Amino acid sequence: MRKTPDAADDRNAAAHPSGEQLFRPSTYERSKARRQATARWVFLGMTLVLVLPVFAIVGYMVIQAWPVLSFSFLWENPQNRMTAGGVWAPLVGTFCLVFFSLLFAAPIGVLAGIYLNEYARDNWLTRAVNLAVMNLAGVPSIVHGLFGFGAFVLFAGMGKSVLAAACTLAVMTLPVIITSTREALGAVPMAFRQACWNLGASRWHTVRTIVLPNSISGILTGVIFEVSRAAGETAPILFTGAVYYVKVADHGWEAFFPYGPTDRCMALSMHLFTLATQASGVPESLQYGTAVVLMALILAVNGLSIGLRSYLRSRKRW
Amino acid sequence: MSDPASVPPASGPPRISRAADPVDTTLPNARSRGARGWVRWAERLMEGLIYLCGWSAILFVLAIFFFVFIEAAPLAVQGFDFVEFFTSVNWRPTSNVRPQFGTLALLIGSLSVTGLAMLLAVPLGLGAAVYISEFATGKTKEVLKIVVELLAAIPSVVWGFIGMMVLGPIIIRFTGTPVGVNLLNGSVILALMSVPIIVSIAEDALKAVPDSYREAALSLGASQWEVVYRVLFPAAKNGLLAAVLLGVGRAIGETMAVLMVTGHAIQIPRSLLDPIRTLTATIAAELGETVQGDTHFRALFLIGLVLFALTFVVNLAADLIVKGIRHEKNA
Repeated sequence: MRKTPDAADDRNAAAHPSGEQLFRPSTYERSKARRQATARWVFLGMTLVLVLPVFAIVGYMVIQAWPVLSFSFLWENPQNRMTAGGVWAPLVGTFCLVFFSLLFAAPIGVLAGIYLNEYARDNWLTRAVNLAVMNLAGVPSIVHGLFGFGAFVLFAGMGKSVLAAACTLAVMTLPVIITSTREALGAVPMAFRQACWNLGASRWHTVRTIVLPNSISGILTGVIFEVSRAAGETAPILFTGAVYYVKVADHGWEAFFPYGPTDRCMALSMHLFTLATQASGVPESLQYGTAVVLMALILAVNGLSIGLRSYLRSRKRW
Repeated sequence: MSDPASVPPASGPPRISRAADPVDTTLPNARSRGARGWVRWAERLMEGLIYLCGWSAILFVLAIFFFVFIEAAPLAVQGFDFVEFFTSVNWRPTSNVRPQFGTLALLIGSLSVTGLAMLLAVPLGLGAAVYISEFATGKTKEVLKIVVELLAAIPSVVWGFIGMMVLGPIIIRFTGTPVGVNLLNGSVILALMSVPIIVSIAEDALKAVPDSYREAALSLGASQWEVVYRVLFPAAKNGLLAAVLLGVGRAIGETMAVLMVTGHAIQIPRSLLDPIRTLTATIAAELGETVQGDTHFRALFLIGLVLFALTFVVNLAADLIVKGIRHEKNA
């Protein structure tokens, strides 16, 4: 008999009936199974190392923020040199910025997505557009801030304002909308378009009546995702419109629309940065509270987007 | 070419001369010629708008380069010492005696924190991607994917806050160092921030490997682990490399978190617990204090230009690698 790694097992061969012997795992097979199990656990461990601390940290932050979390924390303005009160003014500022950035980014992004998926031919120009979209997504946020400062604040003469900050955010989040629009349009089967073309419809007519209605919810998912991106960014608005503190009316309808397009504003992300690094004597619970509100806002918007997406997938008809 | 009449055009609607279109004239409810003209005009306008928006991405990238460049450009005629800018470690922009604008220490700060973050993020990210793509099934897979997506959504200022308030004290307790915001803290936070992008791109790359590869290996008796490291890793190596590069690009460009947790000391780090400062953090910290148009202001824009170039190269490399895969697959 040839000497194999299984020799040790073969020595016991006589003790076993031949059938059992035949199906007994060899040493090699056993070590292979062991390696498989080890690999599985190691990969699971790596995943958990990433995921679990985040849950722990979020839980810890909520516990630390618990003393201040209440509805009045949301409704009140920062008071007493930001050492008391709530987050109303920055919260409204964030809404303002997101609203205006959406106003610019959504139409341009959706049309660009339509161009890339429906109109673009496979040539150097399209490749250049794709490269530009990818690069736009990769430009550091602080460079977007510099661009916004140079282009909108100085060159376009907007000054530091909600409008300039929103434009900067719009340019930064444009790739998010473009890519998701493109994916949503790409999911519409080609046969739908061909059927429409065969009836004599033009390309734009097809897009308007067939492609867009069938992908509008997918596009919406991307737009919602943009909202969460824009709401969380700090670096681009640092020099373009967000400031540490703006006095905002406490009551009346002015409390709901405190910022015009040309005013400077507060923003939640900026507010957290201010509380954590710039202001002094801010109680920790207030800082944690602000962080939790910001995170909850963004995770809620994101969750909405993810929920909408999975709902759409579940009721897809083709 | 069996039947030339049935050959469809490559893409897009068949190009029929509209004037000769029989539908226009024979439909009983056909719109009047004037209305049709208006519709066609509106359609033209819309398509023009679509083309314009499609090309706007190129426009914006060029605009970013242009506006950052023109703010930095006057340095060239102001006798700015570019050699010092790239080779000196002394960044003393506000010195009364002799302001110095050396960014070497900042660059090394950026690279060291990015490198260390990648040391943590790449194995963990690729491991998690393999687990999610190959081992996890059904509900677990869906939940993990969503969690990774939510991880990506946490804003950088919140990460910075976590680094300052949670990780900092932990580092102080375990190492006994007096300050918790330092290179180590920055690397860990940055690793956690860049992991989601690595996971999602790497997972895409693994998903792109045809199932027939897996089936062939499994039918030859390979275990799942053997499939992963003998078949999937070689087959998806370009995609995985692209994932790593995009993670690097994200880490180099990260600003707020790094500003808050790396400790703000301009020096070349000698140990893990040294505080450092990065290129991005310098811009964020100092632009607000500069006088618009002076050398300091322009030097910060020059740093921005360097960052733009760095991330452009990294992203371009990632893109070329991904293109390479697609090319191979078509061939």
